[in-house]
Amino acid sequence: MSADQGNAASGSATYNEPVVDFELAKGMGLAEDEYGRICDILGRVPTYTELGITSALWSEHCSYKSSKVYLREFPTEGERVLQGPGENAGVVDIGNGWVAVFKMESHNHPSFIEPYQGAATGVGGILRDIFTMGARPVACLDALRFGDIDAPRMRYLIDGVVRGIGDYGNCVGIPTVGGETSFHSGYNENILVNAFALGLARHDGIFHARASGAGNPMLYAGSATGRDGIHGATMASESFDAESESKRPTVQVGDPFTEKIVLEACLEVMRTDAAVAVQDMGAAGLTSSAFEMADRGGVGFRLDLDQVPLRQPNISPYEIMLSESQERMLLVAHRGRQEEVVKIFERWGLEVAEIGEITGDGRAQIFAGGEEVANMPISPLATNAPMYRRPVAEPSDLAARQAPPEVPEPDDLGATLASLLDTPELGCKSWIWHQYDHTVRTNTVIGPGGDAAVLALKGTPGGLGLTSDVNPVYCSLDPATGGAQAVAEAVRNLACVGAEPVGLTDCLNFGNPENPEVSWQFREAVRGISAGCRALDVPVISGNVSFYNETEGRSIPPTPTIAMVGVIADVMNLPVAHFTTVGDRVLVLGRDASEFGGSAYLRLLHGVEQGAPPRVDLEAESRLAGLLRSLVSEGLVHTAHDLAEGGLGVALAEACFGGGLGVELEINDQPHQLFSETQARAIVAVAPDFVEQVMAKAEKLGVPVVEVGSVGGSSMKLRCDGAAMDSKVEDLHRIWSTALPRALGM
Amino acid sequence: MKCGVVVFPGSNCDHDVYHVLKHTLGQEVLFLWHGDTSVQGCELVVLPGGFSYGDYLRAGAMAVHSPIMAAVRELADNGGRVLGICNGFQILLEAGMLSGAMRRNQSLRFECRDLFLKVERHDLPFTSGYRSGQVLRMPIAHAEGCYIDTGGALDELERNRRVVFRYVDPEGGEASGENATKWNVNGSARAIAGVCNDAGNVLGMMPHPERCADQLFGNDDGLAVLASAVGMAADPKGAVA
Repeated sequence: MSADQGNAASGSATYNEPVVDFELAKGMGLAEDEYGRICDILGRVPTYTELGITSALWSEHCSYKSSKVYLREFPTEGERVLQGPGENAGVVDIGNGWVAVFKMESHNHPSFIEPYQGAATGVGGILRDIFTMGARPVACLDALRFGDIDAPRMRYLIDGVVRGIGDYGNCVGIPTVGGETSFHSGYNENILVNAFALGLARHDGIFHARASGAGNPMLYAGSATGRDGIHGATMASESFDAESESKRPTVQVGDPFTEKIVLEACLEVMRTDAAVAVQDMGAAGLTSSAFEMADRGGVGFRLDLDQVPLRQPNISPYEIMLSESQERMLLVAHRGRQEEVVKIFERWGLEVAEIGEITGDGRAQIFAGGEEVANMPISPLATNAPMYRRPVAEPSDLAARQAPPEVPEPDDLGATLASLLDTPELGCKSWIWHQYDHTVRTNTVIGPGGDAAVLALKGTPGGLGLTSDVNPVYCSLDPATGGAQAVAEAVRNLACVGAEPVGLTDCLNFGNPENPEVSWQFREAVRGISAGCRALDVPVISGNVSFYNETEGRSIPPTPTIAMVGVIADVMNLPVAHFTTVGDRVLVLGRDASEFGGSAYLRLLHGVEQGAPPRVDLEAESRLAGLLRSLVSEGLVHTAHDLAEGGLGVALAEACFGGGLGVELEINDQPHQLFSETQARAIVAVAPDFVEQVMAKAEKLGVPVVEVGSVGGSSMKLRCDGAAMDSKVEDLHRIWSTALPRALGM
Repeated sequence: MKCGVVVFPGSNCDHDVYHVLKHTLGQEVLFLWHGDTSVQGCELVVLPGGFSYGDYLRAGAMAVHSPIMAAVRELADNGGRVLGICNGFQILLEAGMLSGAMRRNQSLRFECRDLFLKVERHDLPFTSGYRSGQVLRMPIAHAEGCYIDTGGALDELERNRRVVFRYVDPEGGEASGENATKWNVNGSARAIAGVCNDAGNVLGMMPHPERCADQLFGNDDGLAVLASAVGMAADPKGAVA
């Protein structure tokens, strides 16, 4: 404990600021020991502005104080990793002098309070994280978790989120090429909006948000600062209660048009070498951007808030420092070259102002109206935020929930499959992605609706595969298995398009970490993800933690969303997820072990969420992924589709839909097994001439394989032990493709 | 042919059009800044898709007042070729260089999906690579693409053969009746997807030909729009000869 030696800042006399004491700090979300800590660091009671700054920097959202101890477990290094966690986004080498920059982030709390703006600004924020690194954003994914469609406000939330994502991404002109949407009552009062973006840059074009050079000017560019989003980071670090509606003003308002021109202007600035560092003002606005940038570079700064462009007069220093107004950037330019930067922003019609300079003393000095309103050391605040190892406890009902469930045989195979396809959960999601521009930028080889999206890299034969996955029901029944499963499924999805994984980003959505059972879920999920990453050789290059996803004490199911990126050597003639060719033989890779814990079959048709989730055999996943990639690269398969929710039955139906082709199959299993969710499985369709070759390859790589039938006709005809189905593809397709809009009534 | 692609603040298909003209068709292409006052000798100018000025006020309404538009109008008056795609079509309507107007899609939602178009005119500088009546698959991506006009004006449009593309079903049948919501998703009057001026040197269309100009994406039906526009002979299948 050392008292701070800096000058004592005083509160602002101009603004009527409240007296700073612990009660005030508590209202901003600081714990008693945290308040004591800031007093110790400063050697005095903080000013009102300083207290606001500290509460934002030390919020769970900005500081990761409850998750840091576990996140260290993630493997974050690899041959291709150029930047791991800690920057605005991670960077991986994808060959030919190109790098991919990507990250996923949550915008759950704002989206539940105000779905349209909450989701829109979620997209805006993640895009800024990408272009801040010098990369041009080229694709988005969105992982959405909604409650029961009939839950209060849910249709409004779904409609608002989808419109918000669409209107923002479409206007900026970044295609939304994939993602996932699922529904579970556990999200009735706390939906999840996880937005992912990926950008491309040349190897030498990567930009870091690391301030340096005492005397270098700090420039503010983009939208003016208003009172929106004040304390958004703190809001995102609290649970919901009946008062949440009153927090609507903490949700920011997005302007995608400004984002688009800020993007173009920033990329242009970064090509000039006139800028030292660029950082967007995201959560905790000017506070976190200035502190993080200075802390990374080990420097200090002096800010004059009178120079900050404001939307209205009389915004207090406290409000300026904590506003989360959108589409704002903070830049450090080389002294003497700031005019070049200013000119570029002005050419794009953007406001730009010099608001301060870098200093060498490691302190944050903030002035307003001629008064010093904050004077604090940066490093102890930014890096030495409190860190907690919260108590953990296995949920008391876990054993009961993991008890093996009873699995009823389906009465009528065709009708059972149709009822599964008739759920919003397994029905077609095109109602959502038709509202997203997924073809702009003309790189989209495979868009939404398949296992993984594929982007071409212009000027090269290669491309990228992108996917996002997690099964919250599995995670709720066993978070470690669920975490590993999410990684394994992502690898499998990528393998279906021949993509070799190069890295993943995560968005870890959990309840209140002060609840020991939630902390246990978190620890277990991280353990599962880490195991998956190590076994399948995928580093974690960036990510985000969202805690306090709970309402009135009820937590969401643990939801560690994984978004993974892979490289594809040649994107010409890739297989697709549906049947394309009459006469193709259908092969099932992997062997069923009749696993129903947490399955869609039991949950959606029988209302049972029980049992241990399907076992994750990471070695089997690795062998399967290797086989799929080799089959794809050698052009041996027309169709490759992974088995996931709903098992073989649903996967086969989906494969029929894309091309409207039927299939005739004989499966030597019990009827219910058609819906088993055993992992490490996929179906492939192969021209008859190649069947032998594919079988031999599978055998060589140790992947069980069985030929089950062939593609053709207009019906899905299936025989298994003691049951059969014969349903017209057209009828099943109608049910599946209209399930979601029918349920929504939209 | 020297081609220009106009960049308004908020244009976002500028690079896509540039790519096809430059790399697929090997033309000389330059970006024309909205604040410029000359088309710099370009014989073809493309107004690309996007959200110029955020589509605030009304799609295309603000872009019309950009300095470059006077030069684009002059080019058109002198017989030069002007192609407006999506937001570019909306701008041409706002500029009065084409007749009609746009309303929000009848679904009141942004719609991005592949649709089918029938080539109603194959004698234009933009469509010479197609057969008459040929059916093309082409993506749309817009929220304001419901083409309207008064009944009399629509009759006149038809009479003067200024309808260039019409939404149809995949077999080329009319997108009317039960078919309408599915294949004329924005609800355009008479399923109109693209129109030209009297002289035929200005074309506006809502679907994006630049997004289906490469077999890599499984579809190059749109390539012949741009190939025709730059005077490169194309065979009737749409592939450049």
